[in-house]
Amino acid sequence: MTTSSGSGSVSIALCGSGGAGVMTAANMFVDAAAEAGFYALFGRSSGPQIRGGEAAALLRLAAKPITSVDDTFDIMLAVDWLGVQRFAAELPLSKSTLIICDPAAGEVPEVYVKTGARIVHLPMKDLAKAIPGGRPNMIALGAVAALVGFPVQPLTEVLGKSLKKKRADAYEASVAAVKKGAEFAASLGDTKKLPAPSPNPGKRLAIAGNAATGLGAIRGGVKFCAAYPITPATEVLEYLSSALPKVGGVFVQAEDELASVNMCIGGSYGGAPSITATAGPGLALMIEGLGLSVASETPVVVVDVQRVGPSTGIATKCEQSDLNIAVYGLHGDAPHLVVAPNSIGDCLFTTQWGVHLAEVLQSPCIVLSDQALGQSRAIIDAPPELNLPGGRLTATTPAEGETFKRYANTESGVSPMPIPGVEGCQYTADGLEHTETGTPSSQSSDHNMQLDKRQRKLTNYDYADHWATIEGEGDIAVITWGSCTGAAREAIDRARADGVKARLISLRLVYPTRPQHMGDALKGVKKILVVEQSHLGQFTRYLRGEYDLPVKPEQLSRPGPLPMRPGEIHARLLSMGK
Amino acid sequence: MTASCNSSTVYSAKDFKSEVKPVWCPGCGDYAVLSSITKAFADLGLKPHETSVVSGIGCSSRIPAYTNTYGFHSIHGRALAVGQGLKLARPDLTVLVAGGDGDGFSIGGNHFLHACRRNVDLTYIVMDNRVYGMTKGQPSPTTESDWDASAMAPPGGTGMTPFHPLAIALAAGANFVARGFSGDPNGTAQIIAEAIKYPGFSFVAIMSPCITFREEQREWKEMVRPAVVEATTDSAQAARRLMTDDGFNIGVLYRGNRQSYGKEAKVTSTAAALEAEFAL
Repeated sequence: MTTSSGSGSVSIALCGSGGAGVMTAANMFVDAAAEAGFYALFGRSSGPQIRGGEAAALLRLAAKPITSVDDTFDIMLAVDWLGVQRFAAELPLSKSTLIICDPAAGEVPEVYVKTGARIVHLPMKDLAKAIPGGRPNMIALGAVAALVGFPVQPLTEVLGKSLKKKRADAYEASVAAVKKGAEFAASLGDTKKLPAPSPNPGKRLAIAGNAATGLGAIRGGVKFCAAYPITPATEVLEYLSSALPKVGGVFVQAEDELASVNMCIGGSYGGAPSITATAGPGLALMIEGLGLSVASETPVVVVDVQRVGPSTGIATKCEQSDLNIAVYGLHGDAPHLVVAPNSIGDCLFTTQWGVHLAEVLQSPCIVLSDQALGQSRAIIDAPPELNLPGGRLTATTPAEGETFKRYANTESGVSPMPIPGVEGCQYTADGLEHTETGTPSSQSSDHNMQLDKRQRKLTNYDYADHWATIEGEGDIAVITWGSCTGAAREAIDRARADGVKARLISLRLVYPTRPQHMGDALKGVKKILVVEQSHLGQFTRYLRGEYDLPVKPEQLSRPGPLPMRPGEIHARLLSMGK
Repeated sequence: MTASCNSSTVYSAKDFKSEVKPVWCPGCGDYAVLSSITKAFADLGLKPHETSVVSGIGCSSRIPAYTNTYGFHSIHGRALAVGQGLKLARPDLTVLVAGGDGDGFSIGGNHFLHACRRNVDLTYIVMDNRVYGMTKGQPSPTTESDWDASAMAPPGGTGMTPFHPLAIALAAGANFVARGFSGDPNGTAQIIAEAIKYPGFSFVAIMSPCITFREEQREWKEMVRPAVVEATTDSAQAARRLMTDDGFNIGVLYRGNRQSYGKEAKVTSTAAALEAEFAL
């Protein structure tokens, strides 16, 4: 017997056409659940329209932290069916799913009927009509909350916060509608219940991955951001445009990604830790600038919130297919940093760390986030405060008669980088190969020296245990990265309950590689499963090309836009554990 | 680049020059522009370590290394992006961006438009020789439409209308627009000094002959003349003058009154306080 999916949590999909208010209802539910001590993961799916149009709010609630979507939904509620078929592939249902719909909305689409899910009727429109100013989405909220055993009180408190002051009549109507929905729920039969909330949850944050990335940048000391809007990275920029000025920083909207990265390089040259955020197409445009950052040893951080590619691809959906361009996309021999957050909370730390590494190592750092992390909102445990000591190695005025060497061939490979304004340290940063003082040079000796120096500073650096998240023990190792990590972790937990032991290795430092550390992490391993969201299996190829793995890995890789779910990894682990 | 000099030191034009020997051909106009720039810096009483020269790629873009300032020789077409980033992060520095017509108007054309619009307080100098010199003489955006003395130009020329840098700068919102000539180093130094002092985005197009691939440009010195009219603050009047201009009038054309981009950031919060905004 295998462990059932999603024990201890409830997954709910709220669907409806534009204006049906499913997002509002879902946000209120998350806020109320957070107040009550629960954890939550809240993603959204919408049609191709930017605003309006059909939408689905995808919720998962539990008494402990959640890092992955579940295999199926326990409840699917449709306020109406307009365009909702579009989401069928994103809404895996099963026989134990409860579909709640309004009889006035017409027939349940065949694609949902054939899942075998139980279908019940909640006359949202009629019930709402009976309440002056009542709305169907609030009836839905009340009913769903009651079905999973969530009390009405915290919901009305959240309603009070958002509505009471501004619109007292709307508040009264919403409270009445939520209560009406909750009453009606009793007639809809039984479904999966939420466990009791954590009585004493620690410090928690309500945050989306993209905001966490922005906050991580602030924590890392970023003072300059130039950027061009692009889905799904825009929220990083929205956050930084308001937060950066508050800490004395500068935000500028650039005319394109070429300007973004080069403005950041200019700001960084001036002494301001700098960041930009983009998605795959923008990263492609920035790559030339990253070569300049490598050659001139000017720190810069580029966040790539990955989406389905190539080209415009599916801009609102997740895929881990920018690994190759991030690691191998630069022209010339150009060692640089690539780091990847592996949870919504980790977007905060990994971005902070990325800024720190870029500054300390005078290198470009690509932070490979992804859409599933970036655009999901969650209730999480607050990531611990991490102090990362040290920063950019600067320079002071040299002694009389001494020549300042900006690109001095030091043992660590890191050379002093003066902040403009320091007398006697003037130098010209250059994309041309150069001598230790920065004078352009085409001599092979200078090229070799600078190549060695730029590589040495990255490979010899002590990245401590931040290079990967390593959890558990077992003969099987699951190697993964980014947003697949949450699903892999949950699958490993389920497999353990079934007697199959596996360890998790989620790479945070993608580049440069850590052969020694990986060797240690894989000690005693008999089987390896690589989990990734890419059609080409970019991560598997990267691992096999860059690491001397003890066994040939099995591969669980497929493209977006559908998220990796724990069940498929769990099933693979069970077959590997036989 | 040795240490010396305390803060009260007065720097000469020579102090702004480095010991790196230019790669330019003998007779290139850019030598004189380098001298005009360093003279302008000295005349303004600037300090080398508080001054920055930023460029892209091309013959003239080699200029930062020939100065003793904080230089940045970046990548083709992106000098204005690097320069604006630097100035926005460090408003206390004097930032001068320099380059050629290919760098600024072809590969960097979009940045030129938006730099004019954005109006960051910096000076942009384009040494215009109407040719790509570093790659051995291809037509550039400012090349005459019938010029065909190039391996890459079709017989009879490109047939493309030359880019009009001053008119475009004016239309895009540059706050100061002027034309100089490398053969008039003192006059050019004066224009550059005024451009640096003037708030906002100052654009100075400098005719700087390429005697290697455009030998006929030796004649420019016979053709240029100081503009007979004073600079105007009226953009419509400046535009009318440009429409009847033969391209050889030297001097300041336009002084605008737009507010420079950006404002002083006031610290009102901390990372911890910002994080607390997400706490339950």
